[in-house]
Amino acid sequence: MKIRVERDSFADAVAWASRILPQKAALPVLAGLRIVADGAQGVQLSGFDYEVSAQANIEVTVAETGSVLVPGRLLAEITRSLPPAPIDLATDGARVVLTCGSSRFTLPTLPLEEYPTLPEMPTASGSVGSDAFAAAVGAVATAAGRDDALPVLTGIRIEIDGEQVTLAATDRYRLAVRTLRWQPVEPAMQTTALVPARTLAEAAKSLTSGAQISIALAGAGTGEGLIGLAGADRSTTSRLLDGEFPKYRSLLPDSSSATARVDSAALTDAVRRVALVASRTSPIRLSFAADGLELEAGGVDEAEARESLPAEFEGEALTIAFNATYLLDGLGSLDSDEAQLSFTGPTKPAVLTGKPDGDGGSDHRYLLMPVRLAS
Amino acid sequence: MSRKQLVRSKELPELPGDDSGCTILHADMDAFFASVELRRQPELRGRPVAVGHPGGRGVVLAATYEARTFGIYSAMPMSRAMRQCGGLVVVPPDHASYSEASKQVMAILRSITPEVQPLSLDEAFLDVAGAQRRLGTPRQIAKQIRSQIADELDLPCSVGVASTKFVAKLASSQAKPNGLLVVPRESVIAFLHPLPIGALWGVGERTEEALARIGMRTIADIAHTDVSTLVNAVGKAAGAHLHALAWGRDARPVVTDEPDRSIGSEETFARDIADRGAIVRELLRLSERCAERLRAGGLVARTASIKIRFADFTTITRSRTLPEPTDVAQVIYDTSCRLYDALGIDGSPLRLVGVRMEGLAAARSTPQQLTIAGEQEEWRAAEQAVDQVTARFGRGAVRPAALVDRSGSGGSPNT
Repeated sequence: MKIRVERDSFADAVAWASRILPQKAALPVLAGLRIVADGAQGVQLSGFDYEVSAQANIEVTVAETGSVLVPGRLLAEITRSLPPAPIDLATDGARVVLTCGSSRFTLPTLPLEEYPTLPEMPTASGSVGSDAFAAAVGAVATAAGRDDALPVLTGIRIEIDGEQVTLAATDRYRLAVRTLRWQPVEPAMQTTALVPARTLAEAAKSLTSGAQISIALAGAGTGEGLIGLAGADRSTTSRLLDGEFPKYRSLLPDSSSATARVDSAALTDAVRRVALVASRTSPIRLSFAADGLELEAGGVDEAEARESLPAEFEGEALTIAFNATYLLDGLGSLDSDEAQLSFTGPTKPAVLTGKPDGDGGSDHRYLLMPVRLAS
Repeated sequence: MSRKQLVRSKELPELPGDDSGCTILHADMDAFFASVELRRQPELRGRPVAVGHPGGRGVVLAATYEARTFGIYSAMPMSRAMRQCGGLVVVPPDHASYSEASKQVMAILRSITPEVQPLSLDEAFLDVAGAQRRLGTPRQIAKQIRSQIADELDLPCSVGVASTKFVAKLASSQAKPNGLLVVPRESVIAFLHPLPIGALWGVGERTEEALARIGMRTIADIAHTDVSTLVNAVGKAAGAHLHALAWGRDARPVVTDEPDRSIGSEETFARDIADRGAIVRELLRLSERCAERLRAGGLVARTASIKIRFADFTTITRSRTLPEPTDVAQVIYDTSCRLYDALGIDGSPLRLVGVRMEGLAAARSTPQQLTIAGEQEEWRAAEQAVDQVTARFGRGAVRPAALVDRSGSGGSPNT
């Protein structure tokens, strides 16, 4: 194999495809990045760790076709630090030689014949605007669990009902639900899938170079399930998670006893300030009344903070306590200059929503469980 | 039981001086478990008796003074004790009775003064400074405690009286069995200095060896050694502390209801167990026990840890901080199983497993992060219901299905 590539696009592609490579691979070959140059034009770079695969295509000049498996993270580090000059990559026996300007690197190769077969990209199920999708996934992913002991909760549940996609994630303390529109291939499509939240968030964020992302779902619920996401020149697959996602719809209260409307930037700043005196386990208290909102944290024997904010409040006055980080995550996920908080009681879930956006296309709800205060 | 069995060389002398200012009492039950057994089986009085499971892995939990004359002491393997004393009567332990008797003892102590600091089931410090006007001098109060425990509970108890906790504790161990020793302020040095260094609070085998290496034999040796020499031998904190103790200085007050720093339970198997099923069943039983104790104490704990001892005595612990503090057995059990599974030792024979909860806080003053599904709250409600049944019908009336095939007695918890 012998190719000449443009430095920036190659470095980006290598970084993208090797980002999923494990720090410590279970099998040595899985630390490898596969480079395939099998036509006159174009090279595919692939990484795989049995859970996730990532593939990047770049336009290059192929002088000699062939394929090679190289240490991925090392190649990424090298390409990142190369000078802005064309890169030549050529195999030399069991090694591969990279030259760029006056720099020259010789890398060992890994046995290509031991490399696993990459999962095939499933047939596309539909497509969605890439920025809207990345924003939606990012907003929902904040509520996903990080505890590998509860794998179901580390996922984002995707529910497809015709033109509507609902994303949901929960770590048991909060639940984020967002709906958005997409263009399914089958207009009456109905399916669900559970995708690892971190993988999905990273993939969605990195696939925004094109206007649309194509989403492919295969075998959801069979244990062999796979999701594929493809943007311009980049595609990725991930295994789906097994298990039963909590039945969350019934958790979203359909009525409330009180509602507050607050400027979300002002509330975010106030929560950040007041939370400075709250320890990791102690909550921040919010008291809502007709004349506004008062935030408090800390206590008698420790530092204490208070701040008041104007708020439009309707309903019965109440004091409710939250973990400050969870509240900030929720406010951050609203993507709206006004936050609406609905309550049914100090030990009942509160629901945060943004200002309705008018066209009814996107809808975000963040359900937050309160902290029961010490008696 | 005092951990160190100090050899008594002579009859207790009346030490010179009076008991003014000696308001710290150390009350220590004599051969507590064994005494409770003798009370139930008086025909065993006068015979060498040891409490513990016979044979196998059992150890002596308590031995009567008759048994001690055969060189039998607490924590000695039971098999060895039985070899050493042919006529030894071995009584299997009945922890429920001991804890019941302990409650009665502590209730008597608290009727003397609320300033009671229990150290274990069978010993406690009292500060009787505030009780003197009502009940008399410290010596009189100590006598009253002994006679009240003997009359009401038919159990022997030794009491040490001094001006500091550490001297009071030494005094009670010198007074054993069934005795009373007052160490007046002016006699503290004379009392302390001839004692072997092992008598000092905080001197275990390792420290004793380190001190012996630099020629220390008695507390007098320590008292007359430069602090810097001690610091070199045993470390900074310990060196200064030991020097102060050797001069009878101990400023630690009697702390009532000292909050527990951890709550745990462990089980030594009769035979090494390698089977995961049997091990997690034991983890469940220990988790139930921890949770029960947390709830009984109105506590929640933030960190769960397991202890594993392999057949070759290698011992490891693994811990995990929980997302929220808990007093729920199901949560403790799930975490314990995960810690066990993460070790990847399924199939390795284990000698002992333990479960311990740390980072304790009063449940009442701990904010509780609620969860969407409320599992923790549901489990807690279920387990509290079991607590109530247990309180009424006794342990084992209700228990997890996985534990039903076992006999109710279980093993001995070590805390």
